[in-house]
Amino acid sequence: MKTQVNIMSKYQRTDGRDADGIRPMEAKVGVIPQADGSAMFKIGNTIAYAAVYGPRELYPRFLQNPETGILRCNYNMMPFSGAGDRVRPGANRRSKEISMVTENALRPVIDLHDCPNAVVDVFIELPQTDAGSRCAGITAAAMALADAGIAMRDMVSAIAVGRIGDGSYVDLSYEEEALEDYPVADIPMAFVNRTGEVTLLQMDGEVQTEGIMDALAKGREACKRIHALQTQALKNKFQGDTQ
Amino acid sequence: MHLLDYFKEGFRPDGRKLDEFRPITIEAGTIKTAEGSAIVTIGGTRVIVGVKMQVEKPYSDRPNEGTMMVGAELYPMASPKFESGPPNAQSIEIARVIDRGLRESKAIDTKGLCLIPGEKCWSVIMDVCAMNEEGNLLDAGSIAALAALNTTIFPGFDGTIVDYKHPSDRKLELKKQPIAITVVKIANYLLVDPTNEEEQAMDARLTVTTTAEGTICSLQKGGEASLLPEEIQAMLELAKTKAKEIRGSLSGKGL
Repeated sequence: MKTQVNIMSKYQRTDGRDADGIRPMEAKVGVIPQADGSAMFKIGNTIAYAAVYGPRELYPRFLQNPETGILRCNYNMMPFSGAGDRVRPGANRRSKEISMVTENALRPVIDLHDCPNAVVDVFIELPQTDAGSRCAGITAAAMALADAGIAMRDMVSAIAVGRIGDGSYVDLSYEEEALEDYPVADIPMAFVNRTGEVTLLQMDGEVQTEGIMDALAKGREACKRIHALQTQALKNKFQGDTQ
Repeated sequence: MHLLDYFKEGFRPDGRKLDEFRPITIEAGTIKTAEGSAIVTIGGTRVIVGVKMQVEKPYSDRPNEGTMMVGAELYPMASPKFESGPPNAQSIEIARVIDRGLRESKAIDTKGLCLIPGEKCWSVIMDVCAMNEEGNLLDAGSIAALAALNTTIFPGFDGTIVDYKHPSDRKLELKKQPIAITVVKIANYLLVDPTNEEEQAMDARLTVTTTAEGTICSLQKGGEASLLPEEIQAMLELAKTKAKEIRGSLSGKGL
């Protein structure tokens, strides 16, 4: 269970990756035929599905905004998707918070002023997780929104960067997050790709300002690779259609 | 064209015969965080079942037995008609019918799940999760639950702590292999494996769970219309025939 790390030596990643190495990724668009748009994103052993429904009429009515449509995200771990005991079905404090920060991560790139009183629903489901699940969810959701034909000014990509000791390590696994003999900080982040704007930033652990800035720089580079994969997945679905 | 015009010719809008299933696929044991799992598709319908094994306290009236539970989640991801929120009647029915088939056939040897009588036992928890709903979720969930149980391996346990990272070498042995088949009645026609469109037009349905031996281990009538005993007999026979066919075509592929 416990991973031993010699505090004197430089941290060697438990799975042998380089500091900026991302676990193997897979992206696919159009995986839920019933939805208006959908995508799957796999990073290591974390799998996220995202389905988009809408724009559709928003109920209950008092939530409607006559000025613009709204984006509503729902993040959910399947009961058997956690490393330990069964996760009880239904929303909890963690999933509600993640749903909210997911909305905030995506909203800056979409414009729903053309569909007042409407909602665009994004449902994110995780059948299997191994750290980085909120970022995988955001990455999948951005692809699903594009697949649904929602007007977006850019793609959003997300990654978590860890600080272990005084180094930045991209895309921590659950095993690395739980290292006992090293101080570990985890920093999930999301970027608007063209401009480099940050739309998600969280952190738990202890870090200095330089550590945050270094992690952001590493995360930005990692997201460029994720972005390339997202784009490819969308092309794979649509290149046949655009003649 | 009206559904009944198709049925009169012996076919359905998608070209199937009335007693024909859509293609079924099973991907068993692929979810790493579950002790057992299966992803089943029947045509466009797709469900994931994951099995978790936990150590709990036996029920006080059955101190020598472990426990089992089935949950069903109809995620709003799977269909525009599903909404977020607590389980509704449809999802509870799916969970309970699958539960009854497994429980009444005694597929899981609950006595073998007892660790310390009255104190500790294994609890087998199955969650049926709908990913894409294009009809006949219950049958898909039932096949997936069985296939998932067939892949289930006990996690490590040292008497106090369950070690999910290091599974034991003990497989969950099933004593029976129950499968639920739903027969739908539309006007005077009986059909299996309904699509969404056919489910909407349904007058009545009968879900029949049978074991490989052909014993019926759970029944559930649904729909507003009534059924005559002769119709019930025909539905039972059709369900048994289909269950046998499915077992045959999927044996070695998860069942």
